[in-house]
Amino acid sequence: MTQRSGSASGPAHKTLEIGMALLIGVFGLVVIFGSLKAGINWGAEGPRAGFFPFYIGAAIVASSAINLWNAQRDDDGRLFAEWGQLRQVMSVVVPTAIYVGSMPFIGLYVASMVFIAWFMRWLGGYRWLTTIAIAVGMPVVTYLVFERWFLVPLPKGPIEDWLGL
Amino acid sequence: MEELANLFHGFAVALQPYNIMLMVIGITLGVIIGVLPGLGGANGVAILLPLTFSMPPTSAIIMLSCIYWGALFGGAITSILFNIPGEPWSVATTFDGYPMAQQGKPGEALTAAFTSSFVGALFAVIMITLVAPLVAGFALRFGPAEKFAVYFLAFCSFVGLSKEPPFKTIAAMMIGFALAAVGLDSITGQLRLTFGVTELLNGFDFLIAVIGLFGIGEILLTMEEGLAFRGGKASINLRVVLQTWRELPAYWMTSLRSCLIGCWMGVTPAGATPASFMSYGIAKRLARRGNNFGKGEIEGVIAPETAAHAAGTSALLPMLSLGVPGSPTAAVLLGGLLIWGLQPGPMLFVEQKEFVWGLIASMYLGNIVGLIVVLTCVPIFAAILRVPFGIIAPLILVLCAIGAYSVHNSTFDVMLMLVFGVIGYLLKKCNYPLAPLVLAIVLGDKAEEAFRQSLLGSQGSLGVFFSNGLVSTIMALGLVALFWSVIQEGYSRLRTSAA
Repeated sequence: MTQRSGSASGPAHKTLEIGMALLIGVFGLVVIFGSLKAGINWGAEGPRAGFFPFYIGAAIVASSAINLWNAQRDDDGRLFAEWGQLRQVMSVVVPTAIYVGSMPFIGLYVASMVFIAWFMRWLGGYRWLTTIAIAVGMPVVTYLVFERWFLVPLPKGPIEDWLGL
Repeated sequence: MEELANLFHGFAVALQPYNIMLMVIGITLGVIIGVLPGLGGANGVAILLPLTFSMPPTSAIIMLSCIYWGALFGGAITSILFNIPGEPWSVATTFDGYPMAQQGKPGEALTAAFTSSFVGALFAVIMITLVAPLVAGFALRFGPAEKFAVYFLAFCSFVGLSKEPPFKTIAAMMIGFALAAVGLDSITGQLRLTFGVTELLNGFDFLIAVIGLFGIGEILLTMEEGLAFRGGKASINLRVVLQTWRELPAYWMTSLRSCLIGCWMGVTPAGATPASFMSYGIAKRLARRGNNFGKGEIEGVIAPETAAHAAGTSALLPMLSLGVPGSPTAAVLLGGLLIWGLQPGPMLFVEQKEFVWGLIASMYLGNIVGLIVVLTCVPIFAAILRVPFGIIAPLILVLCAIGAYSVHNSTFDVMLMLVFGVIGYLLKKCNYPLAPLVLAIVLGDKAEEAFRQSLLGSQGSLGVFFSNGLVSTIMALGLVALFWSVIQEGYSRLRTSAA
């Protein structure tokens, strides 16, 4: 974990801890709300569907309240991460989200090719030859191993249809 | 004696050429998984689980468990050669393994690590062979209340033995329970917590959660650190291996102690990581050259590796005999058993003898195969590590997506995986443990079922969990485990005030 020193700056660890505790608390409330809708009392078949999750939700809210209290109490001045580090993380999260989101439309193979190529070229700075070899090679190997050898179908798009795969 | 006959029958199953081939493939894949940061044993098994759907269950579990052994072996390679623990349980191995490698003794360190791993695993498998049928026989007398008590004990152990703050462990665990509750209620057939989203009808699959939390989460953490691999040269030749083997018997006491610590921690279920740290700590305190620990002492490699493997292996004992997995990877294996229609627990020993003993036999053989594979292939595995992260990372991400998709053939699951990945990254950064979360997703339904059935039998009285000696004892053990840190603190205060 990074210490707050010199030029390093970024969100404080404490802020994230508080945010996380609140988020988990809200999740607990959602669980409680959902359980109430499903019924938390005793029915003909014993405890009803919401009975168990209701107490789980209550435990989530209670423990996140304690975590929130702890998070507010201790502030050791640590950083959650530096902005540069967070940019690195986002540079993976955003393209992966695009990759995952495009999969239903263009299929896994084409999406993977573009994603690997983008990652290697942009983040890794590799030569085009290496990039293309791996970006094309990996999905081809995947196709052979998964679809041919183990008979596991993977999502395909218009290009695979056109190729008759 | 009947067990011995069953075991030999198991060997006959495991020794079929097809199964031996799967063992070698499994070990190799496992070592690769263990070597690559960002791919853990639990995650690797989860990604590769769909590959085994078309196999017979025994072959499938042999392959998956061999991936697990391989991952346990693989963690040591990166720890010793590159000071990068590929797995959390190999962190303690870096303390002395990496200095040894830097002093020009990587071969000795690797041989010691692999051999100790093998010894730890062998000890645990022998224990499983002898004890599992007894535990299973005993557990056949369990009713819903006893079953719930066992789950209660398992979850309390996580809270009590976890090094993370207890309320964070509880929060993580309860999130897992809540996620497990989403979808169709198995007892009443009613929908709950779906909020009208049709994709949630089937609930959250633990595999998606595992791949996201462990796989994607780890990649994000690694990206943050901007990890650069510093490759070293690794070669093991027969002379080094034999020479190290001649040295090892001198440390039999450390090995035996580490085996016992590992087995205990694996069964309880604290897991391989605390086992390796505890074993290292105790070895450091008791060893004659304890002061030298951290500077390249071979005993500092033997202790954590033996304990980690003994724990990793013995974590399968409660999974097989009680249906309660002792580690996240064991939880994924348990999920696999459920997918193949096998009900883990005491009945497995009665109804699926061939499967259980085939698996136990494969543990013996898998570890022998593992030892041979890792001793011969170290340079190749070390070469994998020299492939830069810029190439490995997107390939791992694609593999995770494939794994998540193949669980239900649904692209919604792939999106869910990414969400779990980001959540996993944040939880990890905020010190929330992920293992209890996964365990709760896997076991949530079963624990709830046992809880509600017990209450149904007792007309809603919680007294049912203390209604006889057996269930009371297990519940009491659970409470002790839950408050273990408080008890320990009180005890040490008492001692200091007495002194």
